[in-house]
Amino acid sequence: MVRFENVSKKYNQLEVVKNLNLEINEGELVTLIGPSGCGKTTTLKMINRLIEPTSGTIYVNGEDIRKQDPVQLRRGIGYVIQQIGLFPNMTIAQNIAVVGKLLGWSKEKAAARVEELLEMVNMDPASYMDRYPKELSGGQQQRIGVLRALAANPKIILMDEPFGALDPITREQLQGELKKLQAQLHKTIVFVTHDMDEALKIADRIVLMRDGEIVQAATPDQILRNPANDFVASFIGKDRLLRSPDEVKVEEVMITDPVTIEYNRGLAEALERMRKSRVDSLMVVDDLGSLLGVVTIKDVQSALNRGGTVGDSAAPHPIAVYTGQTVREAVFIMAKHNVGYLPVINDQNQLKGLITRASLVGILTDVLWPDLSSSHNVFTSTTKEAS
Amino acid sequence: MLETFNKVYTFIANDPEQFLSAIQDHILLLVLVPVSLAILVAVPLGILASRFRWLEKIVLSITSILQTIPSLALLALMIVLGMGIGPRPAITALFLYSLLPILRNTFIGIKNVDPFLKEAATGMGMTNMQRLRMVELPIAFSVIMAGIRTATVICIGTGTLAAYVGAGGLGVFIVRGLQLFRNYLLLVGAVPAAILALLADYLLGKLEYFLIPRGLRGEQ
Ligand SMILES: Nc1ncnc2c1ncn2[C@@H]1O[C@H](COP(=O)(O)OP(=O)(O)OP(=O)(O)O)[C@@H](O)[C@H]1O
Ligand SMILES: [Mg+2]
Repeated sequence: MVRFENVSKKYNQLEVVKNLNLEINEGELVTLIGPSGCGKTTTLKMINRLIEPTSGTIYVNGEDIRKQDPVQLRRGIGYVIQQIGLFPNMTIAQNIAVVGKLLGWSKEKAAARVEELLEMVNMDPASYMDRYPKELSGGQQQRIGVLRALAANPKIILMDEPFGALDPITREQLQGELKKLQAQLHKTIVFVTHDMDEALKIADRIVLMRDGEIVQAATPDQILRNPANDFVASFIGKDRLLRSPDEVKVEEVMITDPVTIEYNRGLAEALERMRKSRVDSLMVVDDLGSLLGVVTIKDVQSALNRGGTVGDSAAPHPIAVYTGQTVREAVFIMAKHNVGYLPVINDQNQLKGLITRASLVGILTDVLWPDLSSSHNVFTSTTKEAS
Repeated sequence: MLETFNKVYTFIANDPEQFLSAIQDHILLLVLVPVSLAILVAVPLGILASRFRWLEKIVLSITSILQTIPSLALLALMIVLGMGIGPRPAITALFLYSLLPILRNTFIGIKNVDPFLKEAATGMGMTNMQRLRMVELPIAFSVIMAGIRTATVICIGTGTLAAYVGAGGLGVFIVRGLQLFRNYLLLVGAVPAAILALLADYLLGKLEYFLIPRGLRGEQ
């Protein structure tokens, strides 16, 4: 529907959009997002020729827009800006119907369309039609701004931070309404925003820009799961990142202070240490902290009469995972060998930590599904109150 | 004091025709004609100046210079320039005086339209002319009107000097009064001119209010 081919824009020597290639499909809602000054608005305005590219070609409907009359082109593309831009000298009805007027609609056709659109966003036509923009709240004004862009039924709509100036509650409402409208109307929408939450909420695809270049263009889900680089990750923000067990390393979830015992200690001491720490096995290590084996409470009890050191009764090197391995691998190894815990060692065989089934369940929910764990907290605290 | 008013009254009552025709001349020849001509010239020029930067400087500086020439000197200049005596040099001088306030206000009114509105208009597919007609002029209207009001008041006041070049109007009484040392004649000319100025400003204000859409009222 809209295609950028090697599009660049230079102001003097400064290249603010650099060799942009992007295809926006029919019916797709694409958000352009990135830090201030990264070229979002410039990119957007090149689509309706408010800004002309320095080089490259933009196609709308497969046609090179340079070959089209800009006025005609713009009448077929809806345009919504952050400053709302309703004409203060026109009533709401006149504002909504303004493109229709440019296209030569009859009065009846314009009136019918205005009514239809106002009803679509649950604004009573009779009471709003003849008001002037300043007689509406900011949120209502921007609803009208969106309706005005929809009025002539364009296939493409450009929106430059349309909800940026609204208070958070109104913004959320309008985002919701836009999503609903989009579900009915299937417009091709290019939506510029600063706000990652907004992008995640409404976008079919997010195009993340920096310094005039696209850093990543992907669905919200893909971006959350696989941010292309640190910039994307930091732009998304840590607390939004959905991480799969493929990405989380074992050292992020392991218990870092497992109960250990040196191989040359006596069995009675091992038993005492287990009792104190309430565990049923101990990691057996040497003086340097290297993992030698593991000793369970059963091993100790059966060997207690015989005497000797922990090292004598310990099982040889148990199955372990290395630091740097992923949680998925750890889970896989645990399942395969049917063990309840896994020591974590580094490549010098030094014991770094321990993963147990119990720790995995608790920690995985925190790392992988932060939302789930927080709602879980809410749940437990309310049940506590109830009881 | 009372005596003076009596004289004024008697003078007007003796020959009301003369008094009324002086007022009529004043309004028609010395206000309506020059202000209308100035509107016809200054509004388009102001629009053009708002569109072309090079024109902006030229036009605004010429009109400001015109404004700084003292009224009497400008009238005299008209005669020197070969306009002769009568309404013509007066109308021309008043026309030139009216240009600046109207032109400057048209220019400023259009320049001051929120750039985002202009961009929204263009982005929506208005041609340059459509944008001017549907958006910029309506929004600049009250500022342009303020310029017209200023021009009108200037013409009513400065028009009293037009009698010096034989253009008639209320100034006739003032000139005669000065020549004959009859102070009451000064009042016959000056008081109606002052009332006319206030009335014109008030009526134009009313007119503006009715012409302006509700959505723009109360904004300066
Ligand atoms: N007319 C211009 N002349 C020179 N530089 C410009 C012009 N317009 C924009 N720029 C520069 O181009 C860069 C990109 O601007 P653009 O408006 O596209 O940024 P943006 O991503 O929309 O930023 P924001 O989030 O702040 O709106 C900025 O560095 C800006 O300063
Ligand atoms: Mg921007």
